[in-house]
Amino acid sequence: MKRIQDFKFKEYKWLNYQNYILTLKTTDTIAEIKPGNFAELKIPNAPDVFLRRPLSVLDVDHDENTISFYVKIIGKGTEKLGKLRGGDKVNVIYPLGNSFSINGTNKALLVGGGSGIAPFILLGRELKQKGVEITFLIGARTKEDVLLTNEFKKLGDVLVTTEDGTMGQTGLVTHHSVFSEEFQFDKIYTCGPDPMMKAIAEIAVEKGVDCEASLENMMACGFGACLCCVVETHGGNKCVCTEGPVFNTKDLAW
Amino acid sequence: MVDFGIQIKDLKLKNPVTTASGTFGFGEEFTDFMDLNKLGGIFVKGLTLKHREGNPYPRMAETPSGMLNAVGLQNKGVDYFINTIYPNIKDFDTEIIPNVNGSTIEDYVEVTEKLNEIEGIHSIELNISCPNVKEGGMAFGVSCPSAIAVTEAVRKAYDKTLIVKLSPNVTDITEIAKGVESVGADAVSLVNTFLAMAIDANTRKPLLSTITGGLSGPAIKPIALRMVWQVFNAVQIPVIGMCGIMNATDAIEFILAGSTVIQIGTANFIDPQISVKIIEGIELYCKQQNVDAVSDLIGAMVTK
Repeated sequence: MKRIQDFKFKEYKWLNYQNYILTLKTTDTIAEIKPGNFAELKIPNAPDVFLRRPLSVLDVDHDENTISFYVKIIGKGTEKLGKLRGGDKVNVIYPLGNSFSINGTNKALLVGGGSGIAPFILLGRELKQKGVEITFLIGARTKEDVLLTNEFKKLGDVLVTTEDGTMGQTGLVTHHSVFSEEFQFDKIYTCGPDPMMKAIAEIAVEKGVDCEASLENMMACGFGACLCCVVETHGGNKCVCTEGPVFNTKDLAW
Repeated sequence: MVDFGIQIKDLKLKNPVTTASGTFGFGEEFTDFMDLNKLGGIFVKGLTLKHREGNPYPRMAETPSGMLNAVGLQNKGVDYFINTIYPNIKDFDTEIIPNVNGSTIEDYVEVTEKLNEIEGIHSIELNISCPNVKEGGMAFGVSCPSAIAVTEAVRKAYDKTLIVKLSPNVTDITEIAKGVESVGADAVSLVNTFLAMAIDANTRKPLLSTITGGLSGPAIKPIALRMVWQVFNAVQIPVIGMCGIMNATDAIEFILAGSTVIQIGTANFIDPQISVKIIEGIELYCKQQNVDAVSDLIGAMVTK
């Protein structure tokens, strides 16, 4: 069941000038959150930000009653969300959307670019718990943008590509040697910019493995009322907020 | 105890607060957040004769104090509504009011005839003001003769309360309102979204796939309020007011300007509980102002 709930600002962890982890706390319990679920946050102290902002859940702690989000500043909403102060209240609608499917996976490759790494902590943790072997492949422009790798290392192997070659292999994630060597994975999960996910989906077809992508379409509500966030699938337009954000890439008409 | 009841011919509402078509799905999307039984009514998502896929993504853009949409009447068709959706929502203690759309007058009439058969539905909203479809929609609502023609045809096919939803994208909205009143509309609802657009200066591309779309939200509330007041003074039938209502004060302003009923639209996206909060806020206002019946506030703006 979806909830609308008030949280209090707890803390930031700034990863670099443009990326931060926002942690919120509640005195109430936190609903069950599955890997891939997202939330819609009302941005406080920002009358010029009209709509809520959808964010993937990075982590949740049911003992501490905290929920955290990985945020990349891309506009005024994410900028204002990075300027909260102690005591600020943040209203959150969650858990929204579907989740990644895990059953039947033995060896998974998780390919993330930019803020697309956000759902991979929860996903990685659940995969590990189910005994799945995990490799993360993280793509970024430059070394400073390769984030959260220490967290990913706790869950599996971490491969990196940077466009300028300052860390890992040089180029885009799709250029990584993991794709040219003998392919050992039976599932790919991907989240990031659309062109990256499309390229990864094509590779998945070549390799004959299942691929799930988490999409980030713009939306007004997040719970199926506005019909704005649609993606074209082989079964017609579908709402990313309710029928996604996770789609099997073979169903997408992109 | 404030008397909240409203009646427009066959349509009896327990209170004047309803939700606007296209902003509240079919109600089911909101049951986790609020009690639908508290609402006066739900104007459900626009229906067409056949399934429609709507417009390509992107269909939405945030603008100052508002949003643009170009959904384009995505829906599974009136038969799917009647057979699959309506049975799930018919037992809620609120009025379910379908919003009827078409590309031709024949389409409008055929959808209407199907809805006329449903016992629990006491009213339809004839949408002649959708700005996001290539054929029909707003084209009917921006000229007086075509607005009259479609309303007259639907009136013949519908026995119960007929509400006509008007477009603000006209030179004089009172002329259209008077026109549809003259051929038997029982009420008018206004306004639908304003035709508008947005451009990304960096990419030089429009923010909507259709280039233009419909603007809603508080950005246009003062214009909508002015139109409600003008139409209230021009026609005898009830006016249903909407556009940019974000709280109870906004809703009361629309009632004072002449609205018998109000619709909550875009605000549902931001706060899915807002309609219930607005009902409570209107009740509190009535108590504070010693108003016995909310209907006493309709058009009660004080000008002297």
